[in-house]
Amino acid sequence: MAKLTMTVNGKTVSAEAEGRTLLSSFLREGLGMTGTHVGCDTSQCGACVVHVDGQAVKSCTVLAHDVAGADVRTIEGMANPDGSLGKIQQAFQDHHGLQCGFCTPGMVMSAAALLAENPKPTEAEVRHHLEGNICRCTGYHNIVKAVLAASGQDVSKIAAE
Amino acid sequence: MHNFDFVKPSTIAEAVKALSDGDAQALSGGQTLLPSMKQRLAAPGTLVSLTGIAEMKGVCKGDGGLHIGAATPHAVVAREAAAHYPALAALAGGIGDPAVRSRGTIGGSIANNDPAACYPAAVLASGATVVTNKRQIAADDYFQGMFTTALEEGEIVIEVRFPIPQKAAYVKFNQPASRFALTGVFVAKFGDGVRVAVTGASNNGVFRWTEGEKALSSSFSADAVKGLSVDPAEMISDLHGTPEYRAHLVKVLTGRAVAQANG
Ligand SMILES: Cc1cc2nc3c(=O)[nH]c(=O)nc-3n(C[C@H](O)[C@H](O)[C@H](O)COP(=O)(O)OP(=O)(O)OC[C@H]3O[C@@H](n4cnc5c(N)ncnc54)[C@H](O)[C@@H]3O)c2cc1C
Ligand code: FES
Ligand code: FES
Repeated sequence: MAKLTMTVNGKTVSAEAEGRTLLSSFLREGLGMTGTHVGCDTSQCGACVVHVDGQAVKSCTVLAHDVAGADVRTIEGMANPDGSLGKIQQAFQDHHGLQCGFCTPGMVMSAAALLAENPKPTEAEVRHHLEGNICRCTGYHNIVKAVLAASGQDVSKIAAE
Repeated sequence: MHNFDFVKPSTIAEAVKALSDGDAQALSGGQTLLPSMKQRLAAPGTLVSLTGIAEMKGVCKGDGGLHIGAATPHAVVAREAAAHYPALAALAGGIGDPAVRSRGTIGGSIANNDPAACYPAAVLASGATVVTNKRQIAADDYFQGMFTTALEEGEIVIEVRFPIPQKAAYVKFNQPASRFALTGVFVAKFGDGVRVAVTGASNNGVFRWTEGEKALSSSFSADAVKGLSVDPAEMISDLHGTPEYRAHLVKVLTGRAVAQANG
């Protein structure tokens, strides 16, 4: 066990962690932040995506100690300061971008990384960017629509509802 | 995953020293190693992270081509190699998905030498040089069959140096579940000839399709390989494709890569 410090959603946090502790376990078990979901634990599904220094990563496939000192952002950091849903989260709600919600934390974090880099993506770019995020419920159309809506684009002509 | 000691040196010298212990293993992006440790296929006593070594990161123009630090993530190569070697940047930008590209590195990819990985095709087709802490290895000598390379115990890749071809393209036929290449072909045209490297297809890992190279060196057009056939004898057989299917893909993808390189 060794002490580990990083910034999570703007706050400095410290906890003891073994060398093998995954970033996903550190967040969920070490810090009690269970918003980050673990779907597959084999780097396939993207439910565990968080940002490390602004980059989307699968937190089940990153060692917590390897990102010591980093600036980590999770789904808990996506709400507005007053606790209301952030822009991407609200768009997912408005456009039915979730059903069971299991994949949603990863979807929102991947979408946020895309919009930071490409503020007005095309539908094809959104689909390409979300390739590593698997959803078993929605069939993706409404997720793509939500991301396009969150980017401020008109989605009224996109068919799926 | 079995527990281990985690160390994160900031220089190559410290990393090499830490790796001289027989029970230690290098960790780069972890996109292959961590899943195999979870399955207990690997269980090092010490894990030596290479991600904190500044001298192993970055893309720069250097002697005879483009130098890429071994610990440079795919996403950075996709961005920073684009102006110098677009085919290489496009290959890096097509690996896995964005989260894999944030962490996975060129050094980890070519050290692992997965038979379906993309980078080995670029390294071999470009005739790149693999620079380690001990020596420089020509791509033709570096890849020695699937999951096998010329690297010795404790030796690490520091940098890869790519000569920049006049024209090049990589075409990958996706295996949609894994996002690796079912078959991928990298074609590179230099002043003195064409090199064609194939990944994903052979039981022997990445290889050069010399017959295709010969035909393309005399005429760099998609038609030049049309009349050739690829021997399926050494090709991979799995539920995604037969050896004959992969052999056929080699030819088809080579033609597409040439057409793309000719723009
Ligand atoms: C969902 C998914 C999809 C993927 N899709 C693709 C794809 O389409 N194409 C593709 O090419 N790859 C793909 N990959 C693989 C990925 O891109 C990485 O390249 C690969 O995992 C290895 O790089 P790494 O930096 O993660 O290495 P690690 O996992 O850290 O290490 C891999 C091996 O190399 C050794 N090693 C690492 N760095 C060095 C070094 N500098 N010197 C010597 N030895 C070293 C380690 O000890 C280990 O044995 C995918 C991975 C995932 C999880
Ligand atoms: S839980 Fe990390 S990718 Fe599925
Ligand atoms: S909403 Fe259920 S998995 Fe995506």
